[in-house]
Amino acid sequence: MTSLRPRQVLLGLAGLALFSMVLFMVWNAKGAWDFVLPFRGRKLWGLLLCAWAIAVSTVLFQTVTGNRILTPAIMGFDALYQMVQTLFVFAFGGFAYLTLPAELRFLGNAVVMVGLSTLLFRWLFGRHGGSLHLLVLVGIVFGVLLRSLAGLMQRLINPNDFVVLQDAMFASFGAIAPTLLLISTIVLGLASLVILPLLPQLDVLLLGRTPAIGLGVNHKRTVSLVLGVVAVMVSVSTALVGPVLFFGLLAANLAYLIMPTHRHAAVLPAAALLAVIGLVAGQAVLEHGFGFDTALSIIIEFAGGLVFLILLLRGGNR
Amino acid sequence: MIRIAGLRKSYGSTLIVDDVSLTLPAGGITAIIGPNGAGKSTLLGMISRLLPMDAGTVTVDGLDVTRTPSDVLAKRLAVLRQDNHIAARLTVRDLVAFGRYPHAKGRPTIADENKINEAIAFLDLGALEHRFLDELSGGQRQRAFVAMVLAQDTDYVLLDEPLNNLDLKHAARMMQLLRRAARELGKTIVIVLHDINFASVYADHIVCMQAGRVAHQGQPETIITPEVLSLVYQLPVRVELIDGQRISIYYQEDRTP
Ligand SMILES: Nc1ncnc2c1ncn2[C@@H]1O[C@H](COP(=O)(O)OP(=O)(O)OP(=O)(O)O)[C@@H](O)[C@H]1O
Ligand SMILES: [Mg+2]
Repeated sequence: MTSLRPRQVLLGLAGLALFSMVLFMVWNAKGAWDFVLPFRGRKLWGLLLCAWAIAVSTVLFQTVTGNRILTPAIMGFDALYQMVQTLFVFAFGGFAYLTLPAELRFLGNAVVMVGLSTLLFRWLFGRHGGSLHLLVLVGIVFGVLLRSLAGLMQRLINPNDFVVLQDAMFASFGAIAPTLLLISTIVLGLASLVILPLLPQLDVLLLGRTPAIGLGVNHKRTVSLVLGVVAVMVSVSTALVGPVLFFGLLAANLAYLIMPTHRHAAVLPAAALLAVIGLVAGQAVLEHGFGFDTALSIIIEFAGGLVFLILLLRGGNR
Repeated sequence: MIRIAGLRKSYGSTLIVDDVSLTLPAGGITAIIGPNGAGKSTLLGMISRLLPMDAGTVTVDGLDVTRTPSDVLAKRLAVLRQDNHIAARLTVRDLVAFGRYPHAKGRPTIADENKINEAIAFLDLGALEHRFLDELSGGQRQRAFVAMVLAQDTDYVLLDEPLNNLDLKHAARMMQLLRRAARELGKTIVIVLHDINFASVYADHIVCMQAGRVAHQGQPETIITPEVLSLVYQLPVRVELIDGQRISIYYQEDRTP
């Protein structure tokens, strides 16, 4: 009986997610279907990838760091992204940034971000024996540093370049080029495959570092591997739609709340499905219902930020 | 058999465990006693590879704990630390089930479920098994953690003050349970105790630590004496023979005229 309940919740969530997808595809679809459906389908695919990457990376990150408030984005990933963008515009100008093929820009972003974050993790793990609190703290300080550097450079570039940059800085869930979708799908798929055999270890990691070692988990190896996957997932989603700060927090905490189990095999899909429901239904309502185009990121960040504040105020670091 | 040779650990410039060499026999109960800060937990942490050592070696059944893969060791040796708290919200049963992880690797079989049920029953947790850990009393939670360690069902069981927070009945029952595990199943139990009377009555071997060193070790008769205890604890201790058991009395200053 106890093993049936999580399944029922997951089925319910999957139903809702499916419903939001159908809603997104057909609501207010005027004109020729053979144009509307592929067009919307591509957008939908992008949303699904982002939902998966953001939700899964957040849960993974929170499990290995043993907290439920910090997320990779809060740890300075968005700052890294802004820095990379600013550096590019600063070095080559806004025109070059806009005319660069989207695939190249995407790959460049993803590679630079994975590279830098892996370097950061390596350095910290090598030197400080894997103190995750230190890692997170350094991440936050690092984020402030990068943000100020980016801010300085933004003051130095000309106003036209600045406008280009501003556009790149905010998440937008618009249409994404098919080749980008394909590359992202493959990369995310591979990253998820790495996680699959680690699911039982992840459950044990919930007990904390020493109990996990006592039960035979190779803590250092597992945590580095998982953080590598997190870096890949966050980089891909950021390169696809731009930085999304609080949405992962929202999806992950909702999943902890409604799932009657701690198992990652259930919590990870639940968080992903919740993220799908939020993104896809939200975008359907805003875009096809009201005709707004870019408001979604603002709304989900607002809701996510609210959850962040509530969690902080409740003082719950668990 | 656990062999400890030249074990050393310091934090900063203070030596916490100072060149400890010890052999703990296989089978039976070994109690580690000694004042606060003597280095008992640090020693246990290094034996169970949870804490890195500065120098020395520890082997368990010939396996060097720093070189043996952690998952191999987890099937031989289970450990309960002195402080346990868990950020995630788990039920008693979830926690005890984690004890089977080294064997089941996330896919518990019927045999694993039986071990879990057994451990829950042994520690009298049947009525609480679906309660969340943060909804339990201190002693109930302590019993849940011990149940997890017992569910691991290893030849070597290391327990750091498992009697913390337990009432008289549960403390006595836990010691009886451990003695049965040692006698009937041949397990090796190493247990840090502050209640020297439990050590006296139940242990086959006592190691007495003081300031990072092994001050005394041997059979209970040689350790539970007024001379040794008074010196180690810096407190007048009387030892009386009651029903053939050596019982220490130290609750009040000596009031004999
Ligand atoms: N992480 C640490 N950093 C610095 N000093 C430490 C650390 N852990 C323990 N110590 C010191 O090492 C000494 C031994 O600690 P340990 O926990 O091994 O004592 P113990 O014998 O288990 O005491 P108790 O009976 O209070 O549990 C203490 O003086 C303690 O202050
Ligand atoms: Mg201790």
